[in-house]
Amino acid sequence: MEQFNNRNVADNGYFMVDIEDYPTDSMGRFKRIIKRTFRLELFVGLWVVMREMIKFDIHTISYPEEKMPIGPRYRAVHEMKRLWESDAERCIGCGLCEKICISDCIRMDTKIDEESRKEVTEYTINLGRCIFCGYCAEVCPELAITHGGEYENASEQREHYVDYEYMLTPIDVMKANAQKEFEGFGAITPHEDERVAKTPLSY
Amino acid sequence: MDNAYLIETIIKVVVILLVFSALAGIGTYFERKVLAFMQRRLGPMNVGPFGLLQVGADGIKLFTKEDIIPSGVVAPIFKIAPVITAATAFMAAAAIPFLPAFTLFGYEVHPIVADINIGILYVLGVMAVGLFGPLLGGMASANKFALLSAARAAAVFISYEVVTGLAALAPIMMVGSLSLIDFNNYQIENGWIVWSQPLAFILFWIAAFAETGRTPFHLIANDHEIIDGFGTEYSGMRWGLFFIGEYANMFFISFVIPIIFLGGFGDGTVLGAFALLGKMAFFFFFFLWTRAAWPDVRPDQLMWLCWKVLMPLAVINVVITGFVMMF
Repeated sequence: MEQFNNRNVADNGYFMVDIEDYPTDSMGRFKRIIKRTFRLELFVGLWVVMREMIKFDIHTISYPEEKMPIGPRYRAVHEMKRLWESDAERCIGCGLCEKICISDCIRMDTKIDEESRKEVTEYTINLGRCIFCGYCAEVCPELAITHGGEYENASEQREHYVDYEYMLTPIDVMKANAQKEFEGFGAITPHEDERVAKTPLSY
Repeated sequence: MDNAYLIETIIKVVVILLVFSALAGIGTYFERKVLAFMQRRLGPMNVGPFGLLQVGADGIKLFTKEDIIPSGVVAPIFKIAPVITAATAFMAAAAIPFLPAFTLFGYEVHPIVADINIGILYVLGVMAVGLFGPLLGGMASANKFALLSAARAAAVFISYEVVTGLAALAPIMMVGSLSLIDFNNYQIENGWIVWSQPLAFILFWIAAFAETGRTPFHLIANDHEIIDGFGTEYSGMRWGLFFIGEYANMFFISFVIPIIFLGGFGDGTVLGAFALLGKMAFFFFFFLWTRAAWPDVRPDQLMWLCWKVLMPLAVINVVITGFVMMF
């Protein structure tokens, strides 16, 4: 990774390839043919592919069985997180994600429950429309909706919906303390606690 | 003509047809695997162990695909063209001795369909007729790319055929016979012809690439320029016949080169038979090897190479051979 982050190309081992000019007269062309024929350049190519075959350094990933690791910030199918303290759902039904969604693929319905708190009754995302921009995760004040790593969402039709129950962290995963926080858009950066200044009570 | 001879010949023909049809299929498997390994890929892996049954899957696909005759084509020629390629490829095999003679159940078997006294002439001639497949198929296809491919086929045809003939002429002069069996017997006594005719060997080998249309001279069906050339309008088993013809041709020319230049099957022992198969395997592998390593030449470069470089060399070789034999 280090070598790719180094943008200083000047001292990176780059050098100009020495390309000869094309011969213009027939004698020059003849000389080039003779040189190419007797330097046996073709056999260099043969050796290179044979060497790779003997080394057998296969780079193929046989995909359904093997998978590449994806970054923690990867934006695939959404997830709904739970609170660590109470295992309750984080979503407060504020509707900001529905509002900001630029492809209009989030739709939610809420009601006031018996404890006079707002409760989500319906919540669906149309993955056929979703462009996985991450705005919903960024705008969410509770870090409730985030992106997950599940990218295999092939569907038989263009409208492919996921609902609230599908995205919500299962309760047994939560009990096992196995919920993974999202590190991408909208997430708390590391050492956030130390960087937050307390709001002064008075000026 | 007695019945035993007739039955023996029919059995030989059937065996050769079956073995080389199957080999053509297995050849595609080896080609994919070798190319994949040379390019650090895996090749077919999913159908059967190590993808071995991929051949069967391809066969089922080719056999069951709809055979489309487009409306603009010259139908009779369009239909017969693939048959020409496949049939001539197998016809050429009639004069090739694949193994030394062996005894089976007290019956002496000669693994050659017909030991005709013009063997090599027949083999090269019939193989050359195979190029009428791409030529006619391309011209009948009513497709610009196919037509380009047919034009290239004609150009390739007139270019390499001269080189093949002249390169083979020098060994023929030395052996004094056109039968491939005589070639083999000559080399038992006098050593491999490649030591006395290295130039002819290399020229013949280069021309074999043009003959089979393999990579440095793969310009008749160059995928990245003219789609599939003559095969663009073909589908299903007609295209498959072109394919089988091409691969059978590769196998047969891989037999012919060692028989003419590298001692053939030797003095008829089992070791000699395996040596011939080994040489054949090397030449077949070399066809795949070059495909992974080398770029294609342009049609004009092929004609330049054949007419201005290889043909003069072949003529000089024939003349020198003649003088050496005379004095």
